[in-house]
Amino acid sequence: MAITQHRLIFKHIDAPGYTRDIACYRKHGGYEMLKKGLGMGGAAIREEVKKSQLRGRGGAGFPTGTKWGFIDPSKVTKPIYLICNADESEPGTFKDRQIIYKDPHQLIEGMILSCFANGVKLAYLYIRCEFTEGWRILETALAEAKAAGFLGKDILKSGYDLEIHVHRGAGAYICGEETGLIESLEGKRAYPRIKPPYFPAVLGLYMCPTIVNNVETLCNVRHIVEMGGDTYAKIGRPNNTGTRLLCVSGDVVRPGYYEFPCGAVTLGQLIYDVCGGIRNGRKLKAVIPGGSSAKVLRAGETYKMKAKDIHGNTVDREVRLEDLPMDFDSLAAAGSMAGSGGVIVMDDTRDMVECLANISAFYAHESCGQCTPCREGVLWLKKILARIAEGHGKEDDPALLRDVADRIAGRTICAFGEAAAWPVQSFIGKFKEEFQIRIRRNGTAAKTDTVSLTH
Amino acid sequence: MSVPLQAGMESCVGPEKGELTPAFESQADELISRYPVSKRSAVLPLLHLWQETFGYIGPRGVEWIAKKLSLQEIQVLELVTFYPWFRQKPVGRFHFRVCRTLPCALGGSGKTFAALKKLMNLSSDGHEGAMISEDGLFSLEYSECLASCGTAPVVLRNDEFYEKVDEKRAADLVAGCR
Amino acid sequence: MNPWNHDVAKDENDLVDVQVDGVWTRMPRGLNVVEVAQRAKKFIPHYCYHPKLSVVGNCRMCLFEMGTPKMGPDRKPVLGQDGKPEIAWMPRPQIGCATNITPGMGIKTDSPLVKDCRNGVMEFLLINHPLDCTICDQAGECKLQEYSVEYGTGESRFIENKVKKPKNVDLGARIVLDDERCILCSRCVRFSSEVMKDDVLGFVNRGSHSTLTAYPGKSFDNAYSLNTVDICPVGALTSKDFRFQMRVWFLKETKSICTSCGTGCNVTIGSREGKVHRLTPRENEAVNSLWMCDFGRLNFHFLESKDRLHRPLLRAAGEQFPGTWADAIQRSADGLKKVKPEDIAVVASGRLTLEELFVLKRLVTELGVTRVDTVLNLGQADNFLRSGDGNPNRRGTELLGLSSGGRKLGSWGAEIESGKIKALLVTGGEDVVAAGISAASLAKLELLIVSGISVHETTRMAHVVLPGAAFAEKTGSMVNVYGRLQRMTRAVPPPGEAREEWTILRDLRIALTGGNSLHSVEDVWKSMAAEVSQFSGLSWAKIGDLGIQIESVSQPAESVTG
Repeated sequence: MAITQHRLIFKHIDAPGYTRDIACYRKHGGYEMLKKGLGMGGAAIREEVKKSQLRGRGGAGFPTGTKWGFIDPSKVTKPIYLICNADESEPGTFKDRQIIYKDPHQLIEGMILSCFANGVKLAYLYIRCEFTEGWRILETALAEAKAAGFLGKDILKSGYDLEIHVHRGAGAYICGEETGLIESLEGKRAYPRIKPPYFPAVLGLYMCPTIVNNVETLCNVRHIVEMGGDTYAKIGRPNNTGTRLLCVSGDVVRPGYYEFPCGAVTLGQLIYDVCGGIRNGRKLKAVIPGGSSAKVLRAGETYKMKAKDIHGNTVDREVRLEDLPMDFDSLAAAGSMAGSGGVIVMDDTRDMVECLANISAFYAHESCGQCTPCREGVLWLKKILARIAEGHGKEDDPALLRDVADRIAGRTICAFGEAAAWPVQSFIGKFKEEFQIRIRRNGTAAKTDTVSLTH
Repeated sequence: MSVPLQAGMESCVGPEKGELTPAFESQADELISRYPVSKRSAVLPLLHLWQETFGYIGPRGVEWIAKKLSLQEIQVLELVTFYPWFRQKPVGRFHFRVCRTLPCALGGSGKTFAALKKLMNLSSDGHEGAMISEDGLFSLEYSECLASCGTAPVVLRNDEFYEKVDEKRAADLVAGCR
Repeated sequence: MNPWNHDVAKDENDLVDVQVDGVWTRMPRGLNVVEVAQRAKKFIPHYCYHPKLSVVGNCRMCLFEMGTPKMGPDRKPVLGQDGKPEIAWMPRPQIGCATNITPGMGIKTDSPLVKDCRNGVMEFLLINHPLDCTICDQAGECKLQEYSVEYGTGESRFIENKVKKPKNVDLGARIVLDDERCILCSRCVRFSSEVMKDDVLGFVNRGSHSTLTAYPGKSFDNAYSLNTVDICPVGALTSKDFRFQMRVWFLKETKSICTSCGTGCNVTIGSREGKVHRLTPRENEAVNSLWMCDFGRLNFHFLESKDRLHRPLLRAAGEQFPGTWADAIQRSADGLKKVKPEDIAVVASGRLTLEELFVLKRLVTELGVTRVDTVLNLGQADNFLRSGDGNPNRRGTELLGLSSGGRKLGSWGAEIESGKIKALLVTGGEDVVAAGISAASLAKLELLIVSGISVHETTRMAHVVLPGAAFAEKTGSMVNVYGRLQRMTRAVPPPGEAREEWTILRDLRIALTGGNSLHSVEDVWKSMAAEVSQFSGLSWAKIGDLGIQIESVSQPAESVTG
């Protein structure tokens, strides 16, 4: 049975003959929804987004309607800002890149609609600087939109003004954290803010109410305006509505980016059917389902989940790894998360110690250094893992790693603490014997794969 | 007794050479105009502009930008050293960045890096900043995830993005630099 | 003065019920949990939090276990048997500095979770911290040491290489920085930025390599820079002046006030065995909050100067010779008796205490002298604490009628020249030569008595030199330019045979008039309170450690000119 994608956001991505200029976009109905949205009014758009149950696609999965609902444009006296988070940096994730490079106007239309819905007059598109061409593409696209009257003053004679500027980041993963992004946009070191009191909806950019949304989330707004929130909510599953962009990388035959309704594809179907299974005839060993921050899942695992039987009663079920639906709630119930949709697949040749060491080195490099547990603890984790990988591990190290990780998660200013701690907790928890074997093999550490060890 | 202040300038090679053109100034002003609420927001765009013009950001850049935005120099230096994209010394005419994060590492980016290093005749290990070839033609460093994990391993050569760069393709990229 | 005052409640009477470690108590709404715990006598340890600086919440040491009232289906709190809300405890700890109390909040300051949080933070802070205790000035007043004992483990599990950073950095004219000791709490950065409005400090690099620094080539030379040494919880910022001088546990701490200008910042004098080693600000929200300027803070080395007067000096045959107190007082009294009161001038001093001025006033009145004035001594006002008045007690001289703001003094040079003034008594160590009366004029005097602290032009011209005590060597009170009456307490003895000036003036008065009822500083106070209306009803004890506002002066006259 072939698994068909539902290419809603990705409709035009890689479509033959499709180009990213505004003319092509308009030929395919582009900016018609902007006209519709302007006619609906901001409150109506916000209502549709609420009904859609759309959840943020940046990694946290926070309901967008709720996030927008924290700000009431009719009551706020300060300016309201909207920032598109195009800082895609979560390892394993490469979906926003496709939209920016191949269908930028979809993003722009979704962004204008979102700004309009929330009374925003000045918005920024924070793009990671490594997307150099993407930056130029967006500048061009914004200029095209402005020239066509979709941006600037009195958009389509509606009386609504909006300026959108592109702002380039400079290579810091922590700018993907919404308050870190705001600090960076204000021209400072990207130190995430403490919440309370600096909730972006209250004290965001320039201490004004601010909405930060992911690229994919904003694109979804355009489609919600088109089909209505109720129809959108019928795609996917309750509380996990709409489609999700999934990115698969690692040891599969066909890595790449795909779009499915939320929960319509299982992890097994994704890996074996859509991506052609494990390459080189190997077997699955481990998979990270939602970007490197997500807890790793081990091949052969089963999860106790609650599901509804045919009579509508809630029953306990044991779900195998392969049968896990790729939606927010299922992956959370399995002890991991949907996150940014970056699925990283590892086969049975891969050394879990090396993989975890690589991930920890990433977090150690990206820690902003503001708060004690993350600044000191995450580098400590990296050093221990590097030492183990080099063949000087000690028997207490797995327990020490767990303990250090436990003292980081939940104790930091922002979720980076959890992001750095969860991989350690899950790899050590699920592959403990590999760490123990590696430690006992000290001195003779023969590496079994090609993962490059970072220091 | 006292040790000269070095923190934040460990890799700095000194003042940049070259003059500021009117075109540069007007570009800077345009960038500043995008942030009507606070000039300080323009510091990252100005740092990018400076680095693209002069190749790196030295004390001249820090001081010029600080003055332009009514900041103290330390407030600009803080950013140059926080954001890895900014560098305080020039790189080669062809600057290569190889992703080292997990998906690319699984895809063999370590081998790609080693191959490039050999082709460019470089000797240090590359985890702390860019290595530059003697003739100044090449430089090489690791980068973190570049968001194209499905086509691992990926490499940036200056602003150009290359996917599925195995050892063979790496050699082609280097050859294409002459 | 301060942009924030987190320790002050908006309304002390707007109270809410909170439960602290199982005990319900009422606390002002809006205070943060660290302050609330303190008021409930439960200390929550913290590094980055400071009541006068913005809250950043980066050290994570003040994590506590928080609970909120359980809500019933009617959206009202569920009440327990004691009539108070039942509390639902949150699994995730919160930081106390950034959590303001709300009605029904539960606070646990020493649950197992909280203990583990603190243990974790302590361990993390120590893994890259250098083992400098044996040479670090902060030892004895180091929060890392103290909290390590209270909340830490005692053993290290860290066997990797520590992060290396610059040590012994010349950060500014008065400050040394050790980046390895720095725990990146950012108190110094915030102080500079928020209180001094000078963004001279910052953090470079990232993550574990983040390093505190000033811009290379720029110096942290702010006039209030040493306050960062006070607020630095560890030995990262140390005072060059105090570096390696004395272990703090040896210091005797005496409450006093700074006398370098008219503000009178409250200080603590740190001394050992008769030598002052440092001054640190003492908290007084009515005067200086927690701060003092670097100039005043370091202005104590003169106490040890070679120029200090140790013994009475008597002039004979054109030179000055050491003499006894009895001789000096006798010579002074005899000399003054020979001159008509209208030919005597007295220089009172804004550096003398009220007690000394009071005795001087008695002396002046009993002698019948009308020419009394003070020296101006201008200060260097800034926008913060320093006053434009260089005298710590000019107001005292005015309240006691001993000053005309320097107006009279201006003409004394001429009057000496013309023979109208034949005798001059200078007190408080004032240098009238520097104030405009030339040495040549002084040479014309029949009698010049100087009671002072150090040798200078005026003392060299004197017939009698009476060695007095400086600020750290005497007990007394002063009134600052804002009308606040404050106490100072003697910390160290004056050098040699020098004495507190009120005793010198008292003895002189006895020698001149025979009468005295003032045997102690408290006696002086009693008499003064009876005679000066602004002091009525006051006593030495009532002044207290923080002083009393006796007048309301919002804009002090900073320079009084004729």
